[in-house]
Amino acid sequence: MTKTTLKSALAVAALFAGATVAQADESAQLVINGEIEMVTEAPAAAHLEGALTTVYSGWLFRDDATQAIQMDDFDNPGMLYVDQGAEMWATAEGTEGKSCADCHGDASESMVGVSATYPKWNEAAGEVRTVTMQVNDCRESRMGAEPYKYGGDDINALEAYIGFQSRGMPVNVAIDGPAAETWEQGRDLYYTRFGQLELSCASCHEQNYGNYIRADHLSQGQINGFPVYRLKNAGLVSVHNRFRGCIRDTRAETFAVGSPEFVALELYVSSRGNGLSIETPSVRQ
Amino acid sequence: MKRIIPTITGLALAATIATAQEVAPLDVAFDEYGAVAVSLSGVAGNVDNGIVIMTDRGKGNCIACHQVTALDEFPFHGEVGPSLDGVGSRWTEADLRGIVANAKNTFPESVMPSFYKGTGYIRPGDAFTGKAGTEPLPPLLTAQEIEDVVAYLLTLTE
Repeated sequence: MTKTTLKSALAVAALFAGATVAQADESAQLVINGEIEMVTEAPAAAHLEGALTTVYSGWLFRDDATQAIQMDDFDNPGMLYVDQGAEMWATAEGTEGKSCADCHGDASESMVGVSATYPKWNEAAGEVRTVTMQVNDCRESRMGAEPYKYGGDDINALEAYIGFQSRGMPVNVAIDGPAAETWEQGRDLYYTRFGQLELSCASCHEQNYGNYIRADHLSQGQINGFPVYRLKNAGLVSVHNRFRGCIRDTRAETFAVGSPEFVALELYVSSRGNGLSIETPSVRQ
Repeated sequence: MKRIIPTITGLALAATIATAQEVAPLDVAFDEYGAVAVSLSGVAGNVDNGIVIMTDRGKGNCIACHQVTALDEFPFHGEVGPSLDGVGSRWTEADLRGIVANAKNTFPESVMPSFYKGTGYIRPGDAFTGKAGTEPLPPLLTAQEIEDVVAYLLTLTE
């Protein structure tokens, strides 16, 4: 869908809605703190040929008020969790008495670009790993600490802090080589019509982005801003929790947060956002 | 899609379901174009109930995806499917019954859920719990609710 058709879809929605819907401004520019320019629209990666020509940040599909919250770090409640993550980074834990910082130093140097390339193949482990999996491996094997609950408040805060170090950098997830098999599994999941409503990710986020479904404005389902601060949850939400919510809403049996299926889906959906800026922590409704 | 909240209206409708000549989901006879000639409930559809089902988020919620000018008083009409204005002139009763019951027989690539079907799902769930469901699942709408929606759609003439 082109920018023009996105706009005309909005105009149609305005005519038909018959009630006040807070309208998104599709042409808005996401500039944070008046200085950090974010790429919210980019040519689709080669692997999306036939599916999408342009990829759009979910920020573009949100109403003006929600957009504005993300444009100022003093307004963005997600920044509170980034601060919390910074404290966690420097706090020693576990039997080894180590913190993240003891090995990785200053995150604003060592973690720059990390989240932009995850999920990522880990050669030693022989698997594709998310940031959460990597953090938990560190906790267990290096720190002698308990792993964080996948998708829980602790890892969400730490992952927001790690992701924040890449804010403004383009998503650049590798899909070839040893990651290819997992990527293909994720692609198959993306196009599978789950549950009693028989909806795939693509049913809404590829075939119908830009359209309204009742009062909801469908985005491309990009995950370049996760963990995301969701106003309706008044807290951070992980990628896997979001996946679970979507699949539950198709009246399906979901996959578990942290499951191999969701790791594969995270790799695939991340790759659909290659070229968009990392927005962590983004703000959505 | 929004979580569905059962309403008092929905409960009241359930009490009126007729079962005498009901056609079970697996027994519905679709013709080669996906049309269904025979009433699913054997009882004439109720137009007013049809409006409730069309607009209630806990029922068909048809306007979540379809714009209907005659239902302007109900807020937020979607754009995922075509406008239903004039469908009563463009389609027969049998066509509409078939499309509401299982649109994929008429439009194989449709994203529209099948509202009168209980089996053949991938990872069927127990409603919106996220937990596994056991097939056959109760269809999304009852036979009479399908008839009520069809009766309403037939009033949308041009």
